[in-house]
Amino acid sequence: MSTVDPELASPVEAGLARRFSTFLHRHPRLRLAGLLAGPVGWLVIAYLGSLFILLLSSLWRTNPFTAEVVHEWTLDNFRNLFERDVFRNVTWRTVKMAGLVTLADAVLAFPIAYYMARVASRRTRNILVVAVLMPLWASYLVKAYAWRTMLANGGVLDWALGPFGIDFPGFSSVGLWLVFTYLWLPFMILPVYAGLERLPSSLLEASADLGAKSFRTFLRVTLPLVFPAVVAGSIFTFSLTLGDYIAPGLITSEQYIGTVIYSIRGQALPAAAAFTFVPITIMLVYLLIARRLRAFEAL
Amino acid sequence: MVESRLTRVLLRLGAAATLAFIYVPLGVIVLYAFNESVTQGWPIESFSTKWFSVAFEDEDVREALWLSVQAALGATVLAVLLGTAASLAVARYTFFGRETISFLVILPIALPGIITGLALQATYQNVGISFGLLTIIVGHATFCIVVVYNNAIARLRRLAGSFEEASADLGADSWQTFRYVTFPALRSALLAGALLAFGLSFDEIVVTTFTSGAQQTLPIWIFASLARPAELPIVNVVALFVILISIIPIWVALRLASTPDEEGGARAVGAAAP
Repeated sequence: MSTVDPELASPVEAGLARRFSTFLHRHPRLRLAGLLAGPVGWLVIAYLGSLFILLLSSLWRTNPFTAEVVHEWTLDNFRNLFERDVFRNVTWRTVKMAGLVTLADAVLAFPIAYYMARVASRRTRNILVVAVLMPLWASYLVKAYAWRTMLANGGVLDWALGPFGIDFPGFSSVGLWLVFTYLWLPFMILPVYAGLERLPSSLLEASADLGAKSFRTFLRVTLPLVFPAVVAGSIFTFSLTLGDYIAPGLITSEQYIGTVIYSIRGQALPAAAAFTFVPITIMLVYLLIARRLRAFEAL
Repeated sequence: MVESRLTRVLLRLGAAATLAFIYVPLGVIVLYAFNESVTQGWPIESFSTKWFSVAFEDEDVREALWLSVQAALGATVLAVLLGTAASLAVARYTFFGRETISFLVILPIALPGIITGLALQATYQNVGISFGLLTIIVGHATFCIVVVYNNAIARLRRLAGSFEEASADLGADSWQTFRYVTFPALRSALLAGALLAFGLSFDEIVVTTFTSGAQQTLPIWIFASLARPAELPIVNVVALFVILISIIPIWVALRLASTPDEEGGARAVGAAAP
């Protein structure tokens, strides 16, 4: 050893800092409290506190002339959610979209996840994991914008499909479905890949030994065992579609839960706050079902 | 190998197709940044780099960039401090409500961003805090804690507590043990977490729209400019820039997070994705 850090060389110096440190060492609960104070304080005050105020806001009313929030308790905002057709239609449209996006992502994710987990070499697999992960973190807005450019009249999609005589309805719900499917695809690939990787080869071999053809093995052995992983991925694809307001705004003029909340929050914050409880409730139910299907172990 | 030869070929084609689906739109945006024309037609007629200088001289873009960098730095510092403290508490102590901490940390990223955004907006308005850099940082830090936390806790679980006990037995106090034993082992995981937090904050828009008031971060500038066709060439350049700024730290973070003994590093990073 060439040099010794002076602080290490004289461990028994009796400075104030040292005494404080020793005191902490003797009181592990105090040390724990010190560690937890920051993060828990932050999350409880800044985050849970905000969610609580969101709940309170949904019980207030808006002055229709000044658009100011009046602090009077009322359930009108929630009653409107049930009584006005527009809220019901928008909710149904959004849930349908989230379901279709989840389905498309599951179908698209399977081949690449299967390839990564069971066919590719170790090296190729690691490269593919990074290749799937990187766009996940790349700017969401830029990806949505890229699709807006591609779906536009005279854009890439028209150019690619035109020669086949296909007129793709760019700025439509079909276009939005394509964009959502694209945006959330990596969230489905990763859990399905992890689920397939955990699947023991011996089970597939046993199925083959017992005479099942590969398609039958896939349907009867692989799919049931990987299903919790698909549900785990679907939590993301479903939840992210439910709350999104940027992509629908860029691609269509149709209203979705997110776009409605976003557009009314200025003049009617209480109504917007009440409407957020629709996706929250849907997601809570979804999470409960997912837990029963053992999806949490596959996350 | 159970899969037949045909199945494997088909899987390879399927994987290639999906990968192309993932990367083509990003490639298209990169190409559009070099489009000479103001109109966004395809195929691109002629290429030029002229919009790069226009974008870099644009006063609004510069201001938005500076605000984004400030917000991302502030959020990253807060997220590293809070995320590290939370991970040390959960990994090294047993206490009532430990599972709840993990849940609490993940919640801001598990709920749709619009809910976090609206909740923060409602709070700021009711408490009477004026919108600005600080309100942006608070929002970003809240959902960035989880990426630092996940990286740090994955590392702490692999690092046996016996090292810290040995250090204490040799006479080190709590601070010295942290400074000379725990922190060096955590360093690369924390750096990875910090880079991810920076990347996450830098291109966030869903929550930011609700917490920024009249201020424009770079993504908000892009969003606002989409309505102005004349600005689109500049948007393309900025979009390319945003892709680079978010992808480079992520690539570095993935390298840092995965260690030779466990390839699960990438997955630990992926588990905390937005």
